[in-house]
Amino acid sequence: MARSEKKGPFVHPKLLRAIERFRRGELSEILTWSRSSMITPEMVGLTIRVHNGRIHVPVRITEAMIGHRLGEFAPTRTFRGHGGVKKKAVVPK
Amino acid sequence: MARIAGINLPAKKRIEVALTYIYGIGPSRARQILQRTGVDPNTKVMDLTEQEVTALRREVEAYVVEGDLRRQVRNDIQRLIDIGCYRGIRHKVGLPVRGQKTQSNARTWKGPRPAKAGKRK
Repeated sequence: MARSEKKGPFVHPKLLRAIERFRRGELSEILTWSRSSMITPEMVGLTIRVHNGRIHVPVRITEAMIGHRLGEFAPTRTFRGHGGVKKKAVVPK
Repeated sequence: MARIAGINLPAKKRIEVALTYIYGIGPSRARQILQRTGVDPNTKVMDLTEQEVTALRREVEAYVVEGDLRRQVRNDIQRLIDIGCYRGIRHKVGLPVRGQKTQSNARTWKGPRPAKAGKRK
């Protein structure tokens, strides 16, 4: 079920505060764990560092990203590829 | 015979079915269109009158269809890829986008199974 319109988009209050403080120059960068926060128009142009479970991935917010959530831009899995050349399994007769 | 939405000239099928040959028009929309134009769903395409064809053509124009629709879909996907979001990445690497399992199945996206090494006796 979709979120009720009257509530507006979800943005973690702490993230909003962080953006405020960054604008005032109190923070040198915006770190957040709130992957489910929606990207709002006010965030365009900022670089927000979004936690992926291990590190904070820098995400530069562009206009096209509005309406998506921060977590969509900080992948949580690292795929290192499958197998490679395996030795042929020798089945003795 | 009847050309609607560009190159589409369905066969000697019932018009209800023939309309679904247009990309972007499925069974539901076909029925809606016929209801609004008042054309009998059971008439074969070849038995349509000239007025009926014109009416249908006008009704189909209300929808994004064929080339325009394909372009729209392609642009939507390209946008996801360009902004680098999770769904875009999945499109780019050719894996399911909506969280389906990939340990098994997902063959539509992944294609035929790779040959298994060392499977023979």
